[in-house]
Amino acid sequence: MVMDALLDFGSGLLVVLRDVTPIMGILFGFQFFILRKPIHYPVRVLSGMVFVILGLALFLEGLDMALFPLGRLMAEQLTAPEFIYGAGAIIPAHADWAEYYWVYAFAAAIGFATTIAEPSLIAVAIKANQVSGGTISVNGLRIAVAIGVAVGVALGAFRIITGTPLHWYIITGYVLVILQTLIAPKIIIPLAYDSGGVTTSTVTVPLVAALGLGLSETIPGRSPLLDGFGLIAFASLFPIIAVMTYAQLSAHLAHKRKGRRQTQENNDQ
Amino acid sequence: MIALLKQPLRLLRDSFRDLLPIILVVTFFQFFVLQQPLPNVGKLLAGIFMVMLGLALFIQGLKIALFPLGEEMAFNFVRAGNLWWLFLFAFTLGFGTVMAEPALIIISNEAAEVAAAGGMISNNEVAQASYAMGLRVTVALAVGVALLIGVLRILKGWPVQYLIIGGYIGVVIMTWFAPAEIIGVAYDSGGVATSTVTVPLVTALGVGLASSIRGRDPMLDGFGMIALAVLTPMIFVMAYGMLI
Repeated sequence: MVMDALLDFGSGLLVVLRDVTPIMGILFGFQFFILRKPIHYPVRVLSGMVFVILGLALFLEGLDMALFPLGRLMAEQLTAPEFIYGAGAIIPAHADWAEYYWVYAFAAAIGFATTIAEPSLIAVAIKANQVSGGTISVNGLRIAVAIGVAVGVALGAFRIITGTPLHWYIITGYVLVILQTLIAPKIIIPLAYDSGGVTTSTVTVPLVAALGLGLSETIPGRSPLLDGFGLIAFASLFPIIAVMTYAQLSAHLAHKRKGRRQTQENNDQ
Repeated sequence: MIALLKQPLRLLRDSFRDLLPIILVVTFFQFFVLQQPLPNVGKLLAGIFMVMLGLALFIQGLKIALFPLGEEMAFNFVRAGNLWWLFLFAFTLGFGTVMAEPALIIISNEAAEVAAAGGMISNNEVAQASYAMGLRVTVALAVGVALLIGVLRILKGWPVQYLIIGGYIGVVIMTWFAPAEIIGVAYDSGGVATSTVTVPLVTALGVGLASSIRGRDPMLDGFGMIALAVLTPMIFVMAYGMLI
């Protein structure tokens, strides 16, 4: 078993290397041949690269070994008609959306939890925290994005179960994004847009896609080809709305606090 | 090298905290909702430990290599003053990383099967292979163009929302006209550009550029490149579907 695990890890490492090598080639090619600049702290940078490659290989291999199979199995079991309607019950020809409450709960919970573990989101949150001088907290941003994904995936599950058209939701979402862009604090807008893209990365997609597939295969009248993909679109749209809402709320609270302090000062005088 | 793993225990504790929600969700649903025991506990624990260790290593590597490298290169390009090299760099970075992306190879092969089943292309291996290759090049071009526009936007100080909202309206309009078989693939291809290595690099590049150009704000101008890289593949892939 140890041997197998090592072999798996070796092939995982190769995949990551194949992914990272062209990026490194482009970076170092431009750095040495075009900018003609040496790299500051070469040992530090090279060890960092080794950490990134080893870390990603371990991360992906661990997910494949433990969490993905279990998560997929759970998505399958939770969406099975025997679980939804009880063993031996008559399965209706049209899905009754209210019976799927555990599916919505699982969709939201797994959407939230996988987003918190998403490495690209951690990276963007660390950078946003540095750049904003600490105004944007790393965990605040991550939780806002995770809530967005939770709402998005749960709503996406509802859409597959009810069979309502995808573009209604997506277009409504886009309209909301446009309206919020007009009123949200300007400083958050580019970051909010970026956070939509980082959620569709390593951890979230496989588990959420498994849920979409489970639902579209077991519900009569849904096709995995047409309905399976919609969940990812939801998972990248709703974080934008959530992050802008988070910024609006914190601006509103700060404003209120400031107002209260001023009234207090006025009273003191 | 080991000395660079500052406070390794703290790093591990942090990544355990990052994974705790997943562990809680999985155990709750397994025990209380599905009412089943956990299968293969040993393998599960080993896997969780690998994920924890991997995440801790990755975050540390990010801080000591990917972030400083991205910012340093942005700074050097601005100081060298030759913007054409910067544009070429941005395009090559986008194009090159996407062409090498394993996830895209899988998606484009599946898309070729869907297209053949839908009668868009003839149902033989040669036609499918060339369709899949065309799709890969299309997505890679889209991301290259996105990073190019992203860099240009930072230099010019254009607000990102005009580009993004304009792009979204484009996506909605094109959804009406594009063949049904391509729409799912187009929407999915948006996520391909955001691999775990490119996101930190591109973010560092954007923030580095915005901080080294006078009059640009790193928050307002530095972010937004990822959003562009998610948007352009949808538009390019739908255009590809309409042309083929």
